[in-house]
Amino acid sequence: MFNFDIVTTWLHNLLTGTLGLPEWGAILTESILVALAIITIYAVFAIVLIYMERKVCAAFQCRLGPMRVGPWGTLQVFSDVFKMLTKEIINLRQTDLFLHNLAPFLVVTASMVTFACLPWNAGAHILDFNVGVFFFLAISSIGVVGILLAGWSSNNKYSLIGAMRSGAQIISYELSIGMTMLTMICLTGTMQFSEICADQAVNGWNIFRGHLPAVLAFIIYLVAGNAECNRGPFDLPESESELTAGYHTEYSGMHFGYYYLAEYLNLFICAGMASTIFLGGWAPLHIAGLEGFNGVMDAVPGFVWFLGKTFFVVFLLMWLRWTFPRLRIDQILSLEWKYLVPISMVNLVLMALVVSMGWHF
Amino acid sequence: MNDMNMEKKGEAQAAAQPQAAQPKAAPAAAPAAARPAAAAPAQPAKNQIEPECVAPEALRERMETLKNKEGYDFLENLTGFDWEADGLGVVYQLASTADPSRRVNLKTLTTDRENPYLPSVADLWDIANIYEREVYDFFGIRFTGHPDMRRIFMREDWVGYPMRKDDETEKNNPLRMTPEPLSDFTETYTLQSDGTVTKSQRRLFEEDEYVVNIGPQHPSTHGVLHFRVSLEGEKIKKIDPVLGYIHRGVEKISEKMTYPQTLALTDRLDYLGAMQNRHALCMCIEQAMGVEVSDRVKVIRTIMDELQRIDSHILFFSCLCQDLGATTAFLYGFRDREQILDIFEETCGGRLILNYNTIGGVMADIHPNFQKRVKAFIPYMRKNIKEYHDIFTGNVIFQNRAKGVGVLTKEQCISFGCTGGTGRAAGWHNDVRKLRPYAAYDRVQFNEVVRSEGDSFARYMIRLDEILESLNIIEQLIDNIPEGNFQEKMKPIIKVPEGLYYSAVEGSRGEFGVLLESKGDKSPYRLHYRSTGLPLVAVMDTACRDNMIADLITIGGTVDYVVPDIDR
Repeated sequence: MFNFDIVTTWLHNLLTGTLGLPEWGAILTESILVALAIITIYAVFAIVLIYMERKVCAAFQCRLGPMRVGPWGTLQVFSDVFKMLTKEIINLRQTDLFLHNLAPFLVVTASMVTFACLPWNAGAHILDFNVGVFFFLAISSIGVVGILLAGWSSNNKYSLIGAMRSGAQIISYELSIGMTMLTMICLTGTMQFSEICADQAVNGWNIFRGHLPAVLAFIIYLVAGNAECNRGPFDLPESESELTAGYHTEYSGMHFGYYYLAEYLNLFICAGMASTIFLGGWAPLHIAGLEGFNGVMDAVPGFVWFLGKTFFVVFLLMWLRWTFPRLRIDQILSLEWKYLVPISMVNLVLMALVVSMGWHF
Repeated sequence: MNDMNMEKKGEAQAAAQPQAAQPKAAPAAAPAAARPAAAAPAQPAKNQIEPECVAPEALRERMETLKNKEGYDFLENLTGFDWEADGLGVVYQLASTADPSRRVNLKTLTTDRENPYLPSVADLWDIANIYEREVYDFFGIRFTGHPDMRRIFMREDWVGYPMRKDDETEKNNPLRMTPEPLSDFTETYTLQSDGTVTKSQRRLFEEDEYVVNIGPQHPSTHGVLHFRVSLEGEKIKKIDPVLGYIHRGVEKISEKMTYPQTLALTDRLDYLGAMQNRHALCMCIEQAMGVEVSDRVKVIRTIMDELQRIDSHILFFSCLCQDLGATTAFLYGFRDREQILDIFEETCGGRLILNYNTIGGVMADIHPNFQKRVKAFIPYMRKNIKEYHDIFTGNVIFQNRAKGVGVLTKEQCISFGCTGGTGRAAGWHNDVRKLRPYAAYDRVQFNEVVRSEGDSFARYMIRLDEILESLNIIEQLIDNIPEGNFQEKMKPIIKVPEGLYYSAVEGSRGEFGVLLESKGDKSPYRLHYRSTGLPLVAVMDTACRDNMIADLITIGGTVDYVVPDIDR
C-alpha cells in the first residue's frame, strides 16, 4: 500500500543532504511548503464543495444547477470567487471595527487548523499528536468565538440574535461530538488520528468493529456534526427567512467570503472526521477471507479511500440539508439535551462494556 | 361644544330618513337564480344596500345591542365616506355567523369637517381597530374611545386626509427627502360626559424594550410589510404592524377613472387573486347595472377563479416551505405553478397580471387548447399533492413546528374578520361560494374544507385540501362549458345607477368584497375593497404573542397574507 512517508523522507533528505540545509532550515522550509499546500488544498476543496452543493441541491430540486459558465457550469464557482474577491469590504459606522474585522479570521483560522488535523494517507498527516482528538475538539471551538464576536460587533439585532443562537447551539452540540468521539476512542485506545487509522487498517473499520454502539455513535455524530457546521436543518444562526443572514448580515466582500469558505470546509472537516473515526480514514475495505478482493482494494491509494468516504458523508449531509425544514431554537436544544446527550452517555457505557468484555470484532 | 352642535345636525338628518330605519338584509343573500333581468331597472339591483342611518350619539348603544343581543358577531366591512355637504361618515356592514342570511348595514355621519369625531366600535369587534385607523388616516375622522388612533398607511408627518374630496394632497405633501418618522407613542381620544373630547397619549414600546424590525425588507414578510416586534430573548411580547410601504391609493385613483379603467387596478391588489378580484368588481358593476352575463361567461369565470385559487395555494405551500427552510419543497411548488401560469398565458396573454374579466363578460374567448390542458393538469396536480404530503406534510420537524403553534379560536377569527382558510381552519364556515353562491358555484358539487384546530398545521392542511376541491370543481365544469357569448354588448360609456352596492367573492385567502357608491356618473363616487389580507395582518399580534421568532414566520406564512392587497 502506498505510504506517503516515502515522499516526506525523500524531501527531507533532499533538503538536508543535497541542498545542505541545516536541520532547522529544512524543517522551516518544509513547514512553509506544507502551509502553502494546505491553504491551496483548502481553497480548491471549497470550490469543489460549493460546486458539488449546487449540483446536488439542483438534482434534489428537479433543476440542473449552474450550466452557463464553462462546460456544465464548472467555471461558475471560480467566477463567483473572483467576484467576491473584487467586492468592497464595507465598514459600518458604530460598529466595533477591530472585533468586526477580527471575527472572520478567527473563524477561518479555526477551520484551517482543524483541516490540518485530517489524516490524508498513511504517512500524510500534518498535525498529529498523541492527544489529536482532544486538540481537534479544542481548536474547532475557536470558531464559535469568531461567530459570537461577529454578532456582537456588527451592531445589528439580527446578527446578535443569530450569534446567540449559534453560541447556544454549537456549545451544546460539542458535547455530543465529544461524547461520540470518546466512545470511539474507547474502542481504538488511542487519541492519535494516524494511529486510529492504522489500527482500522489492521483490525477493520470501527463502524463494523464496534457494531451497535459504533453505529449509534455514527448517527449521533452526523446529527451533531451537522449542527456544528450550522447547516440545515440546523442553520438557525443564519436562518435566512428569520434573521436574513444571522451573524454575518453585516459582512461584505471577502470577509463574508471567509464565513462562506469556513462553512463549506467545516462540512468537509466534519465529514472527514466521520470517515477517519468511523469509516477507517485511508484504510481500504477488507473482507476477511477474500484475499484477492483485499489485494485489489489495497491497490487503491489511501487518499482516494479517504476522499471517497469523506465525499460520501458530505453527500449524506447535503441530502439531509436539502430535505428537511429548519428546526426551532427550543427544539434544537431539547433534541441535544434531552435526547442526544443521554443517548450518547449510555452509548459510551455500552461501548466500554463491549470493549471490556471483548464483544467487538 | 361646536362638535356637539354638528352632531345634532347629523341626528336631524337621520330623523329625516325614516324609511331607512329598519335593518335590511343585503339582497345579495338571495340565490343566484333569482337574478333580475337586465330590462327591469325599476327593481333595486341585486347587490344594492341601503344602510340604516344612526346618529353618532346612538351608535354605541345600537352597536352593542346588535353585537351582544342580536348576534351580529362579524364586522364584514367598515368603510369611510366623504359625502361632501352631507358630511363625513362610516358605513358598517355586519353579519351574523350563526345565520349567514342575516346581514345589516348601518351608517353614521358627522358634518363637522374640521374636527370630526365618531364613537369607536373597536372594543366590540377586534378588526374595527385597524379599520377605524384606516378611516382616520384617509378621512380624518377621529374615533373616540379607540385605543390606538394613529395613521396606518400614510407617513406620520403626512398633511391632510387624502380620501377627502376637497383634500389638496399634492400641494400639502411635496416629495419629502427625510426618513419616515415612526413614533413610539399613540393617542386616544375620549368623549367626556359634558361632550368635550380629551386626548391622552400612551407609549407603545418602553425605552428598554428590545424591539426588532422585521421588514420592510425581509425574506419572510412576503412583500413590503413591516412588523415592529418586541422580544424577550427569542419570545415575542408584542407586534405592531407598520403598513403602507406600497400603498398606491387604488381606491382614490379609481374615483378619477371610468369603470372599465378601474378594472385594471384590481389585478394589482392581491396578485394571487387577480382573477377573483376582477371578478368581484365586474360582478358588482354588472349587478348594479342589471346586466346578466351569459352562462358561458359564468362557467369560464368559475374555472378561472378556481385555477387562480390553486395557483395561490401552491404558492402558499412553496413559500411556507421556503420560510421554514425546506428549499426543495419550495421548488416542487413552483414547478407545478408553472403549469397554471402557462394555461393562463394562452388564454389571457398574462401570467400574473391577467386582465381577463371585463364588465359584461371576459376579454377573450378561451384558447382552443384550454380544455385539453386543464384536463391534463387535473390528474397531474392530484398526483403531485401526494408528493407534497410526502416531502413536507409528513416531516416530523414541520409537524413539530406547526402543530399547536399560533392557535386562533373561532371567536377570535370572527372578531378579527379572518375569512378564508384562516377562519375555516378554526371551524368558521365562511366560504362565500357556499353562503351566497355566485357565478356557476350553485351548479357544482364541492365541499367546504373546514377543520377545528385553528393552529398553523390546520391552516396549512386547509389549503392543500382546497386545491383538491378546486380540482373537483374544475373537473365538473371543464367538459360542460355552455355555448354563448363571451361578452355582453355594453354601451360605450358605462354608467352605474345611483346607489350603494356590495358584491363579494371568495378570494384566494378570504372574502374579497367591493363596496361601490355611484352617483350615476361614469366613474365611481367611492370604491372600497374589502381587503382579504388586512384582517390577517391585524390578527398577527394575537396569534404570535408568547411564541418564538421562528413561530412568527410559521404563523405569518400560514395565515397567508399578500401585501399589495393590504396596502391598496
